Amino acid sequence: MANHSKSPSQQMDFEKRQHKEEMKQQVISFVMMILFTIVAFSMVLLEVNSYFLIPTLIILAVVQVLFQLYYFMHMKNKGHDMVAMMMYGGISVAILTIITFTTIIWW
Amino acid sequence: MSNEDVLNPKEMPHEPEKATLEGKNKFIGFWFFLGGETVLFACLFGTYLALNGSTMGENTPEHLFGLELVFIMTMLLLTSSLTSVYAMYHMKNNDFGKMQLWLGITVVLGLGFLGCEIYEFYHYIHEYEFTFRSSAFGSAFYTLVGFHGGHVLFGLSWITALMIRNARRGLNLYNAPKFYIASLYWHFIDVVWVFIFTVVYLMGKVG
Repeated sequence: MANHSKSPSQQMDFEKRQHKEEMKQQVISFVMMILFTIVAFSMVLLEVNSYFLIPTLIILAVVQVLFQLYYFMHMKNKGHDMVAMMMYGGISVAILTIITFTTIIWW
Repeated sequence: MSNEDVLNPKEMPHEPEKATLEGKNKFIGFWFFLGGETVLFACLFGTYLALNGSTMGENTPEHLFGLELVFIMTMLLLTSSLTSVYAMYHMKNNDFGKMQLWLGITVVLGLGFLGCEIYEFYHYIHEYEFTFRSSAFGSAFYTLVGFHGGHVLFGLSWITALMIRNARRGLNLYNAPKFYIASLYWHFIDVVWVFIFTVVYLMGKVG
């Protein structure tokens, strides 16, 4: 019977390649995040006068944060189900809190 | 292999930060904490959004904020997030020296960020007499941004302490989770900053 298990050194090479691949994705997401930041700042500096300016700024921020969470903090990797539950739980309460503070409460 | 053994490439497990039960618990517990931190910052953001119109006169967000400094701060923190990713990359490849180097760069960039923030607050207080007690907007602004600044200071002390404490130990299964979790905290600080520069500074400038 053929032995399919890898030798330790093969396994190590494989993991090294995997880490390199992941690093490449992280550098790409870093470039995207820089790009989003520059777009957001230049829209405000150039005084883009649009009804959609603030929603666009918020969307840019949300996408940037998703890059941060999924690529930099590895939430895209296996074994992050519980993590996702906790973060999305926190985010739902966070959204409710902000809605409450800005609309329902009379300050 | 005991936890205290310095790792060598042959014995290196796939994910050293989660190879032990203690590491797994730290990992899951820390993410639980980050979920809670999200809610905590949401309260501060909600308060800021509700009160940023109550300025009591001249010192409005539009009048105060300068985007040049905020842009520099954003770039510093975003880059420091990438350098801590590099540090974790070298941790997974079991290269302790390079990990320490990249963590060091992260700390330097973080200090740069903190310096800019201190300058910013100093500037507001002395040039504009805009303090914590000036208006409801002032209180909400310093609470939110200052709380984030406090997180940056704590993160810097944390990473520095880990670097010094483990400088002569090398990487092992006992301290790999510690490094990994400190880097998660550092990324989370950047996550909060993304919303601060968007909601406080950019939206403040738009009016």
